Amino acid sequence: MIDGWNEPFLLRALAAGIGVALVAAPLGCFVVWRRMAYFGDTLSHSALLGVALGVILSLNPMLGVLFAAVACGILLLSLQRFGEFASDTILGILAHSTLATGVVVLSFFERIRVDLFAYLFGDILAVAPGDLFWIALGGGAVLVVLALVWRPLLSTTVHADLASVEGVPVGLMRAILVLLLATVVAVAMQIVGILLITSLLIIPPATARRLARGPVQMAVIAAGFAVLAVVGGLVASLTWDTPAGPSMVVCAAALFVLTLLTTASVRGR
Amino acid sequence: MAAEGSLESAREDALIRIENVDVAFDGRSVLEGVRCVVRPREILTLIGPNGAGKTTLVRVMLGLLRPRRGRVRRKSRLRVGYVPQRLHIEPTLPISVRDFLALGQRDTRARYQAVLDEVGVGHLIDSPVQHVSGGEMQRVSLARALLRRPDLLVLDEPAQGVDISGQRELYRLIANLRERRGCAVVLVSHDLHLVMAATDRVLCLNGHVCCEGEPKAVSADPEYHRLFGPLHDEVAIYTHHHDHHHSLDGRVSEPCSHDSHSHHHGESARGD
Repeated sequence: MIDGWNEPFLLRALAAGIGVALVAAPLGCFVVWRRMAYFGDTLSHSALLGVALGVILSLNPMLGVLFAAVACGILLLSLQRFGEFASDTILGILAHSTLATGVVVLSFFERIRVDLFAYLFGDILAVAPGDLFWIALGGGAVLVVLALVWRPLLSTTVHADLASVEGVPVGLMRAILVLLLATVVAVAMQIVGILLITSLLIIPPATARRLARGPVQMAVIAAGFAVLAVVGGLVASLTWDTPAGPSMVVCAAALFVLTLLTTASVRGR
Repeated sequence: MAAEGSLESAREDALIRIENVDVAFDGRSVLEGVRCVVRPREILTLIGPNGAGKTTLVRVMLGLLRPRRGRVRRKSRLRVGYVPQRLHIEPTLPISVRDFLALGQRDTRARYQAVLDEVGVGHLIDSPVQHVSGGEMQRVSLARALLRRPDLLVLDEPAQGVDISGQRELYRLIANLRERRGCAVVLVSHDLHLVMAATDRVLCLNGHVCCEGEPKAVSADPEYHRLFGPLHDEVAIYTHHHDHHHSLDGRVSEPCSHDSHSHHHGESARGD
């Protein structure tokens, strides 16, 4: 147990976690509303390939991940339906083949001892000041774009044909959403890890659903729950020396069950 | 508007003019050589069996679908209000009726209340859309369409899931809206019987335009009573007699004269 929350690396971890939570939750609402959970999962699985790319080209891993996730997203958009294969089959193939390829490619680089566990499950305590800058930049950009396209994106989500007849560029909205998701995957990887990013996108909005009366309200409440989960997970990690990323996800899941039980009892009355 | 580029302003005063449009999905032809005109202030009803391409033709009119061949001309700056067939909204998305209307057109609460009152669901303004029944949701999306002050209202099977008396009421409402607002209306239906009173023109579709005309002319046809008479169910439309035959893939295999209404559609006529 580390005493004192004023340790710089702890403050950085806290700032990075809260930053990612604030961005992932509102965007995650769209993932939930549009049933894109598996899509998000596929994007994040491709991140390991991005890490490998970053190692090969000696780039910032976040940049490599962003590149891989965007490429994967574009591929998925253009492959929505491929011959007789349903989209979930294509998603599954892409998710696991990119993850496996990433592991295989990284295994060639023995000199650079790649800590696979850190990429898969996050390493929030290792957030460097430079990482914080990228999280702030990427996260801030996502929030600004999301705010700008909120109404047309929501309209597309509610009913794409109706939105299109009313003049919303539906295809552009889909592309923007994929781009935003790829960015969130890139900045969230270090916090919760590749395998758990989707949970940060989905669990807080799902937790917020029963308490919210409107889409904006749901996004705000979800952001609150996400911050709570990140802080709770970090505290748990320091108290019991558990891995931080998974602890945050456990915390988010606990909050989900808690609201489920309390709202169920309120409704039952 | 989507796909604006391919749409030129229509000749004359037609709102939409569709010429020789072909649409195929995965190589299977759905619409073939379809022509159709929507004129200002008229109510045009598209009827035909399931899989006849009614919804496809509506999607072409709306610019949601680009035909493989043919021309779609729309009057420039045509404002279209669209009421889709079924409006399913994800249960995970919390949204009230008022917020739903606001997605189409930002306006004052008083305006939302007025337009909801106009279509008879004013009491729903603050309800979550998931608590609104199918028939009521139909009217809510009609309200959203009306907020755009449309020149043309397009309703895809508005009577689906509405009981007979509710359907009469709905068609009366649509006819009244046309009178009050002077907009044209395109309706999709597979039941001519109920639409009869409310429609100016009927277009019978089965992959191609089988026949077209005023409902009076259609009902004067001796075949009419066989088609939409006492037993006006969907099966009757499948088995009515025309003067040509459809082969298995739905093509016309015998000559067809479009002003009469006495050819035959096989049961196999293009399933969807």
